[in-house]
Amino acid sequence: MNELIEKLRKKYPIKDEVYQRENLTFVSVEKDQAVDLITHLRDYEQFSHLVILTAVDWIEENLFQLTYLLNSPSKKMDIGVRVMIDRSNPEMVSIHHLWAAAATYQRELFEMFGIPFPDSPRLKVPFILEGWKGMPPYRRDFDTLKYSEETFFPRPGRSKKDPAEHMKEMMYPEENGSV
Amino acid sequence: MFKFESDRSKFPEKNPDGTNIIDLESGKFTKLWQGPIHPGMTGNMSLELIIQGDEIMECQTHVGYLHRGFEKLMERRRFIQCFPICVRIAVPEPDFNEYCLAATIEELAGIEVPEAALWMRTLLLEMSRLQSYLAWIGGQSSAFGLGLISQWTTWARDLVLDRFEEITGGRIYHMHMPPGGVRGLLPFGFETRMKETLEHVSKIMIDVERVMFNNAVFKKRSIGLGYIDPSLVDEYGITGPNARGAGVPKDVRKDYPYLKYPELDFEVSVGKDSDVFTRADVRRRDILTTIELLRQIVEKVPGKGPYMAELPNVLHWKIPKAETYVRAECTRGEYGYYTVTDGSGYPRRINVRGPSYTHAIALMERLAINLNIADTAGVMSSLHTYPPEVER
Repeated sequence: MNELIEKLRKKYPIKDEVYQRENLTFVSVEKDQAVDLITHLRDYEQFSHLVILTAVDWIEENLFQLTYLLNSPSKKMDIGVRVMIDRSNPEMVSIHHLWAAAATYQRELFEMFGIPFPDSPRLKVPFILEGWKGMPPYRRDFDTLKYSEETFFPRPGRSKKDPAEHMKEMMYPEENGSV
Repeated sequence: MFKFESDRSKFPEKNPDGTNIIDLESGKFTKLWQGPIHPGMTGNMSLELIIQGDEIMECQTHVGYLHRGFEKLMERRRFIQCFPICVRIAVPEPDFNEYCLAATIEELAGIEVPEAALWMRTLLLEMSRLQSYLAWIGGQSSAFGLGLISQWTTWARDLVLDRFEEITGGRIYHMHMPPGGVRGLLPFGFETRMKETLEHVSKIMIDVERVMFNNAVFKKRSIGLGYIDPSLVDEYGITGPNARGAGVPKDVRKDYPYLKYPELDFEVSVGKDSDVFTRADVRRRDILTTIELLRQIVEKVPGKGPYMAELPNVLHWKIPKAETYVRAECTRGEYGYYTVTDGSGYPRRINVRGPSYTHAIALMERLAINLNIADTAGVMSSLHTYPPEVER
């Protein structure tokens, strides 16, 4: 794995590599180099299987982290390519031309995080949330509790408990103070 | 006279950019919704089909009937609170969710799992695979009109669920693998009863082979149907029996050994024709492998010893900033959890990779073209898709 990273470093400015396991490494790369690197990994390093494409919302730093996890069936290795994109103006180059399955991931990311991938097929067609208006729900600042209180009505005659408080009572009754 | 044109790529006529010219007003085409409630669908999803005669011209998969937002819910729960939620993601095989979540958290928090717990997890995962496959045989055979077989296998599956109930107390959701280990070891006399159950299942499998795989109707309808080219395996992210049916020996249990699989003796079943029949046959041989594996595991599970690692106070449990991905081979292919932590008491993000995510949408939409509408259900079952994995 080390050799591969060193080899890649000669061509691409990769940084923040984390050797998570013997056969799993995460690397960061700039937004404009990402698709180049992924194409290189697919075509020259046999990383032919796109395992996941997902986003992580780092709201404190105003960034979205896109993770492309690639797997090489012949080398039995995984490499996670992290790309940080600006949260206030998110946009990323589509990779549907590399993997047909990537279009589905991109549709989901557009709907759930509001990250557009121009030219990705059927990007704007509702995927899971038909008729959804408002903020994409997987962003950190989307408040699920507020949404459910506004949308649904509590059934009369049912009491509810705060899950954390309830767990504390059940599991650590001797503990005092806030959770 | 009408003459059948065998080159189906000419139909329907195409625009210069490759899209089909489909005018529903012309009367040549019909739009047909298969699902979300339809006996030929696997779970709550639907196919929007454009048909000409009885041939499918275009297919679009629609999901979203079952979205419960588990990934988002888990971001607002403590690590231990994620554990009872994650099983709900896949009803037929909740154990793979439990294992993957527990394994990512253990890796990130640096928890060592005791030996007995590893054996118990292997046992539960294989039992889960067995019952899920038995449920699948029912779906696949019913899709081709063999309704009887599903009644036999449902009975056999119930026996496996009884064994689950003995160990965990639950039949469908077991919740037996919290981060750190398992909740208990085997009850007294389990080995004898498990072996008895495996005998019953083996007998049923002989009958299934005779009645389903040697059946003229099933053969006639499934051989050559739903062909997946091996070159599509990587492009469409195909894993599990669907890839193995195409001759690509992808099996996480062999390629990336986890739990106690390296100590077990088994072969990966691979087909070569890549049609519905081959995939069914790969799965049938997988069931026999699983039965054999369960016989080996039951003899090796330790009867005593520690089975749970010591956890910190779970209400104040914080995991340093890191990320990881853990995969396991479920019935349908590669199941995986990508977990990101940020140093707080909550996960920053948990992303679930269900194998149906690629099978049910991109692949199904491609395979459906030029299919007879009567065969859609068969092809769908042969991909063994399961919508809750798509929506989470």
